[in-house]
Amino acid sequence: MDLFEFQGKQFFAQYGIPVSPGEAVKTVDEAVAVADKVGYPVVAKAQVQVGGRGKAGGIKLANDAEEVRTHASNILGMDIKGHEVKILWIEKASDIAEEYYASFTLDRSAKKHLGMLSAEGGVEIEAVAASNPEAIARIHVDPVEGLTEAQCRSWVEAAKLNPAATDGAVDILLKLYNAYVEGDADLVEINPLILTPEGKVHALDAKVTLDGNADFRHPEREDWKGLEVLDDREKMARERGLQYIGLTGSVGIIANGAGLAMSTLDVVNQVGGEPANFLDIGGGANATVMANALEVINTDQNVRSIFINIFGGITRGEEVANGIVEALGRVEIGSPIVIRLDGTNADEGRAILKEHETANPVGPGGGSLISRPTMLDAARTAVELASR
Amino acid sequence: MSIFVNKDTKVVYQGLTGSQGRFYGLRNRDYGTQVVAGTNPKKAGEDVDGIPIYASVGEAVQATGATASCVFIPAPGVASAVLEAAEGGVEFVVVITEGVPAHDEARFYNRLRRDFPNVQLLGPNCPGIITPGECNIGITAGEIAKPGGPVGIVSRSGTLTYQALYELKLKDIGVTTCVGIGGDPVPGTSFIDCLSRFEADPDTKAVMMIGEIGGTAEEEAAEFIAKEMSKPVCAYVAGVTAPPGRKMGHAGAIVSGGKGTAAAKMEALSGAGVRVAQNPTEAADLMADVVAGL
Repeated sequence: MDLFEFQGKQFFAQYGIPVSPGEAVKTVDEAVAVADKVGYPVVAKAQVQVGGRGKAGGIKLANDAEEVRTHASNILGMDIKGHEVKILWIEKASDIAEEYYASFTLDRSAKKHLGMLSAEGGVEIEAVAASNPEAIARIHVDPVEGLTEAQCRSWVEAAKLNPAATDGAVDILLKLYNAYVEGDADLVEINPLILTPEGKVHALDAKVTLDGNADFRHPEREDWKGLEVLDDREKMARERGLQYIGLTGSVGIIANGAGLAMSTLDVVNQVGGEPANFLDIGGGANATVMANALEVINTDQNVRSIFINIFGGITRGEEVANGIVEALGRVEIGSPIVIRLDGTNADEGRAILKEHETANPVGPGGGSLISRPTMLDAARTAVELASR
Repeated sequence: MSIFVNKDTKVVYQGLTGSQGRFYGLRNRDYGTQVVAGTNPKKAGEDVDGIPIYASVGEAVQATGATASCVFIPAPGVASAVLEAAEGGVEFVVVITEGVPAHDEARFYNRLRRDFPNVQLLGPNCPGIITPGECNIGITAGEIAKPGGPVGIVSRSGTLTYQALYELKLKDIGVTTCVGIGGDPVPGTSFIDCLSRFEADPDTKAVMMIGEIGGTAEEEAAEFIAKEMSKPVCAYVAGVTAPPGRKMGHAGAIVSGGKGTAAAKMEALSGAGVRVAQNPTEAADLMADVVAGL
């Protein structure tokens, strides 16, 4: 889960990382009230999960209540690269002497954590990495050993920050590593990490991606989940615990396993169709999961046919078949379903489907069920049905 | 011949008393796998369909001589289950469980490397490993694999692994060993771990490799293949049409900043002399050509 900046700052604050005092607001009046409270000048920052907010006019400095009012009413409701601004973060403006970059993430090749620190912050770090890779000091941290203060200090020295920033940076980076590990984050990034003229170091921005697999040990995350940017289909799928990503085509996809689901998208594309979604019903999919999946796809107005691609390992064929039959009884499926079923107990599953097909011939609602032996055959049939 | 497991491998199932563990543990035994024990500290002394339950992996190893373990423990308990297996004395640990936190994976992977360098971890979030006709550990439906070689399979995706086995069987092509390494951020066994063993295995004459978007494991494998492999390799990479920047199920399957795309991986593999297919069926067709020319 990607956090908004203001959530990221709340997350940082939980681990003692200094951030500017501020609050998230949804109206102009609230913005003025927060600005009066934290003291002028303030910065109003659009809360959207997309880069380039500043250039789009989504970040403004305000010296008094009147300016807050003007900027807040301009920014709230603004469209930034397709993201509507619904939340504004108001914080006390900081004097900036220097801007740095700091982050931790997993280096999959090394199978260790990777810290990156640069004296050239405030800009796109990818650009720095491309034009001047020596400007980024890297450190690999062993997940078992952790990051010691001595290691952290020599890393900071290698990054050639202003010596006045060294102690503050070491302190923040140790806390940032702790937040990354204890908070089960995939990524923590501060850009810019600033040095103020008074010699204080603090986080002016916060980019945090949390590992959803660790939700079970982080009940505090519940507060942040309500604001995720999802379309209606994605919201419905999320509520039902399905891995769903909405796309724009006309062939609805249900598959078990991320690899097979991706491959199903690829095959539909190769035979000239366009997938309407990615939907992985996962390993332990049973009748209820399948029924839920069909219901989610059924709400997509663009879908003209549904391609169910199941290869049974942990998912047993008869469960899949029962799920489809149960879903057909529960909701009226608006599109024909093409199914390809193989693997564990596939014969039992096919027999159940066959029985249903015989007992329920194609009706006027169009809810037909067609079995195909291979992935390519099934994809061709689904694409052909979608183009009718 | 085979890699990692064979008819002599004795397996203890951590979580055999749970519903998934029981279902697949018994299936694996029916297949012919030596399922010698299960563990559950609360049910020591009991049995699951005749398979004795011990309090810990260590006790199971002492009593049965188990050499491998298979973990069906729910995600929150996987980290301690892996360490229990390593401390208990098995040399091969297969973790089927999905949804393990990435930080847990990073910790136990590095802990094993430091304290138990001889223990080979496979997974988490993988379908397991099968040496057809000899040993099946995990959730692969054994009947879809034809024993005997000459092809070795290594795959990051569970269901695409089954797809590959099945397509090869339809073409009457046998498999020495099929390893599902899983799609998580810190897989215990890498493509390269498997490729190097297949290269050394006299019965494996060709290798099929199935990758997916995200990370750089396929690119690293391509480099290894170019430098170290004499045997032919066919590959398929899933996710050509995946929208960038979106996470697709697996924690590992994420594309960002133009790195880790299917196109980049396919290009790297082609550059290493690998025959690269556009879909799983074509991958099997390419492999059939390779096998016919052996």
